Amino acid sequence: MVAVLSLTCLLCSAILGGAYALTKEPIEKAAADKTARSIALVVPEFDSVSEEKAAILDGKEYKYYEAVRDGAPVGYAIVSKAGGFGGDIVLMVGLDTAGVVCNTSVLSHSETPGLGAKCTSDEGFIAQWKGFDPSVKILSVKKDGGDVDAITASTITSRAYAKAVGTAVDVFKSINGVKVDASTGASVKPMEEPENEQ
Amino acid sequence: MSSKVRLILDGFVKNNPTFVLLLGMCPTLATTTSAVNGLSMGLATLFVLVLSNMAISAIAPVVPDKVHIPVYIVVIATFVTLLQLLMQAYTPAVYETLGLFIPLIVVNCIVLGRAEAFASRNGVIASAADGIGVGLGFTLALTVLGAVREILGSGSIFGWKFIPGDGMLAFVMAPGAFICLGYLMVLFNKYLKKE
Amino acid sequence: MEYFLIIISAIFVNNIVLAQFLGICPFLGVSNKLSTATGMSGAVCFVITLATLVTYLVNKFLLVPLHIEFLQTIAFILVIAALVQMVEIVLKKTSPSLYSALGIFLPLITTNCAVLGVALNVVTKQFTFGGEAHFLNLGESLVYALATSLGYGLAMVIFAGIREHLSLSDVPKAFKGVPIALVTVGILAMAFMGFSGMVK
Repeated sequence: MVAVLSLTCLLCSAILGGAYALTKEPIEKAAADKTARSIALVVPEFDSVSEEKAAILDGKEYKYYEAVRDGAPVGYAIVSKAGGFGGDIVLMVGLDTAGVVCNTSVLSHSETPGLGAKCTSDEGFIAQWKGFDPSVKILSVKKDGGDVDAITASTITSRAYAKAVGTAVDVFKSINGVKVDASTGASVKPMEEPENEQ
Repeated sequence: MSSKVRLILDGFVKNNPTFVLLLGMCPTLATTTSAVNGLSMGLATLFVLVLSNMAISAIAPVVPDKVHIPVYIVVIATFVTLLQLLMQAYTPAVYETLGLFIPLIVVNCIVLGRAEAFASRNGVIASAADGIGVGLGFTLALTVLGAVREILGSGSIFGWKFIPGDGMLAFVMAPGAFICLGYLMVLFNKYLKKE
Repeated sequence: MEYFLIIISAIFVNNIVLAQFLGICPFLGVSNKLSTATGMSGAVCFVITLATLVTYLVNKFLLVPLHIEFLQTIAFILVIAALVQMVEIVLKKTSPSLYSALGIFLPLITTNCAVLGVALNVVTKQFTFGGEAHFLNLGESLVYALATSLGYGLAMVIFAGIREHLSLSDVPKAFKGVPIALVTVGILAMAFMGFSGMVK
């Protein structure tokens, strides 16, 4: 009786171990493909993308990728996140070298279907990020006095989205701050965060 | 061969897992926010159901009665994990959408129910036919429920939008799931179920 | 404060039955009478909390160090099945009165997806309760599990109360039984949606 049960467990674990080994590579490839696709979506036209890099901002690490064309960087794809209604909204935010948002793409979210989940499908909401210049416009929803059009009935999601874009802008500043100010010794530029009050 | 066809057809109406047997309610309600989501969940369950039915009917004669439930659960869990790995590798987007409800196929009463009631007493081929029938019945029910909720809630069907603007949002959310399923069951009882 | 948010969120805002759709089968199955509903809720409460504790530890000290997280589903369901069996045996020996109250519900709990659902949620999902999104630690997991199962009990008892009244009313033939119950749950879920502004 016990023998049958243990034999079944052993056999099943063996099968799964094999299946895991076989699918490991495709799973990693699928994840890498997804990252590559979202990078391509959010940055200006490029020839090559750098390896994953990390920037430290306020003690937290952010992943980013540098898009290069003809040997010069044309933009950055920065992974940033903020807590939405159902959990974290993780974004890939693309900025050009001037710090203007080129596009954004949702990497993962757990927002309510039909409401917050529209951050991946609401055309008006998505389109407003193309060319969003954080030095001219305020990165918070209109309800809070900013320039971001919120998704209907999903203010919390929209706020989180704007906050994540804001974080990415800050990370961008710190990346460039490090580069520009490396000689002067200043590592991170002070930055204002207008969208931080909840 | 006709008996096998009969088994498959039974799964649609007479033994429909959702409308008649009332099994597997959790994924039915949770994943049917759109027709495509319902269809994918149905097919995922179909995959596990057919394979576990076949495996269990093959091993049933040698499994002692006392431990048959744990053994069946392990077999089902194996196929579910296999499905998880395959979906992560080849359909990551679908896997993310369905989320928690893929591992939860393990405790879907339909799968264990068919193992107990059918697969443990019948041959491999008959069990496979039963799995296909019940699985397709489940898939059909989920797709119909998903389609109804998508039409009412988002004004689209299979992603094709035919009513501009927002639909009745309540139908995409939790209350709409319960109410839609309730009314679909009423229609099923009235027009399809034969006493 | 965070514990308070976890409790409110798990009981009302993200009610396990009415918002997360877990544990629907027993919810519809045993909610005919108030007394059985209370018994079932008690048993579920007990098992969910215990199962979350054990699976959390199994995941942290067995699966993660060995890098076999992909076996989570299979390991957790085995743990839950074994746990339910053990609880049954222990209760039978030590507390016959509690056993006679919960006993008949225990075997049903293994296949209650609420148990596996909560256990998997705790180890795979990041939660935001006011602050940063993070994985729950052991204390938070237990509070979350307990609060979630209290939410299950709450939904179950409310619904059983309504259903006892419903059985006395004149319902069209095609609606009898489960369909009218589902429509009622839908309205109940709508009422619970009113809580959604409470946290955050």
